[in-house]
Amino acid sequence: METQVINKRMGRIIADGLMVAYFLFALFPIFWMVLMSLKSTDELFTTQFVFKPTTENYHAILFGDPRAAAGVVAKQEFPRNFMNSVIISSGSVLVSLLVGVPAAYALARYNFKAKENLAFTFLSFRFAPELVVIIPLSVIYRKLGLYDTYYGTIWVLQLITLPLLIWVLRSYFEDISPDIEQAAMVDGYPWWRIFWRILLPLVRPGLAAASLLAFVFAWNTFMFPLILGASQVQTVTVSALGYVSSAQAFFNRMAAASVIASFPQMIVALSIQRYLIRGLSFGAVKG
Amino acid sequence: MTGNLASVHASTLQKQEVRARLPFLVRARPYLILLPALLILVGILIPFGMGVYYSLTTYALNRPGSLDNFVGLRNYDRMIHSSGFINSTTITLKYALLATIVELLLGLGIAMLLNRDTLLAKILQTTLIFPMMVAPVIGTLIWKLMMQPSVGILNPMLNAVGLPSLQWASVPETALFSVVLVDVWMFTPFAALILLAGLRSFPREPFEAARVDGASLWFTFRNLTLPMLTPYIIIVVLFRFMDSLKQFDIIFAMTEGGPGNTLMTYQLTAYRTSIQYLRLAQGLPYAVTLFFVIYITSQYLVKFWGKAQRRAAGYSS
Repeated sequence: METQVINKRMGRIIADGLMVAYFLFALFPIFWMVLMSLKSTDELFTTQFVFKPTTENYHAILFGDPRAAAGVVAKQEFPRNFMNSVIISSGSVLVSLLVGVPAAYALARYNFKAKENLAFTFLSFRFAPELVVIIPLSVIYRKLGLYDTYYGTIWVLQLITLPLLIWVLRSYFEDISPDIEQAAMVDGYPWWRIFWRILLPLVRPGLAAASLLAFVFAWNTFMFPLILGASQVQTVTVSALGYVSSAQAFFNRMAAASVIASFPQMIVALSIQRYLIRGLSFGAVKG
Repeated sequence: MTGNLASVHASTLQKQEVRARLPFLVRARPYLILLPALLILVGILIPFGMGVYYSLTTYALNRPGSLDNFVGLRNYDRMIHSSGFINSTTITLKYALLATIVELLLGLGIAMLLNRDTLLAKILQTTLIFPMMVAPVIGTLIWKLMMQPSVGILNPMLNAVGLPSLQWASVPETALFSVVLVDVWMFTPFAALILLAGLRSFPREPFEAARVDGASLWFTFRNLTLPMLTPYIIIVVLFRFMDSLKQFDIIFAMTEGGPGNTLMTYQLTAYRTSIQYLRLAQGLPYAVTLFFVIYITSQYLVKFWGKAQRRAAGYSS
């Protein structure tokens, strides 16, 4: 008996140890990024963990660097890139909402011939290698004048945000008992009022969470703005590369830019914990 | 379950419509509601079709008139016989398989550890999602910095436990390991979260029955946990395998496909040939081939998922 208790306790300690080890691995890079962002350029190469923290990197990327040498890339650009990310990500989510909410409703509530095929075509956007579409678009956009514009980038980002919203929302609509609608229909309400007044309020929390997740994915994309945009629509993800290709001394600036560029996602992640699993799995796992 | 509900409801909707002699607007209603989405769909499918067409010509941006030169499958033939083809195929598959397998196994371990309702597990669980929320490019840059010889931290850490320094992504021997490491760091949380949701959805009775009967942990895992977890495992494989087959951001931010062409996967090759060298028709076969591989594999996995879900439902009822 005694040994059994000891074994059990040992087991628990080992399990906790393994778990903590994994989380050290998972969280250390983020911690280290914050650390680097607080280092002055003088201390960058000389110290690992003990140093005098400074906000000069944040100051430099947000308001410009008084000590900057000529030819340093993407520095004062950062606030602009950040705004570009905000505009493009929110624009994409907005378009996806306008288009995707009705689509999700139709795919959840109606039976029609092309239904499953359509739903899976939208899903295949999510899995398709983006380059099949981006390479031809890089030619088409230049011809149409959409290259390096917000409209062009927002349009192509539908590849990321639209399937997510359609599939997650469809699963939320399907969760609502049809009885509620039946009752309203018997009372003589037209379908669009039922949709607007009854269904939409019921899915609102899921809708908000899915939109926020779509926002994060749009924010995090790299290939679309890299290929289909240039200076006008440059986002934080594309500009982050610029700090590394420049002189070594700007690692701490890059870290500061990364911290700011990762901040919105962290807030989103913490605020939609309950809905994350369904969002991440496109409605396949209800979580 | 919910799917059935929806179809039952939909069929009642339709029956009512039959009674009303199906006016055109009612029959067309789902399509009308879907119209805006269909417009976007068309807007995506047109460039896709053009991409497939371009791959059948000699289209190159620096050669005028090359678009009109239709050559059938010649670009595909040239791709298969090109010197880099075998390397690109192996590296694409190696990357995807390695990343998926490690993430699945590690994720399963983490999910099982988090499934013990201790305070520590609960606290750690809220931070699980963080690596996945950082933009892949930025996450990769952080790792690149950690691997960097002058300011980096990984080599000092290795040295501290008596291991020699590594050159990480800058030499062919460890390049694949380095990028897969970043992929594993970034996406193991996805696997863990999905599998944890699966573990939490299990009914208690069969596990209690197994415990009362004195079944070993391994027996319970193999005969109860694993079969019931299969649909969740397939979801993880579906998302992770498809995504790592087409992984671009991590490899691009780490080495742009180098050193040499060590990490030139299909996606990287397509990007380099079509976008950087402007030879659209030569790069597109890689992207189009990858598209069909992914399309067929994902269709198969989705079907398999449906089956596994029905089978797992048998266990829990």
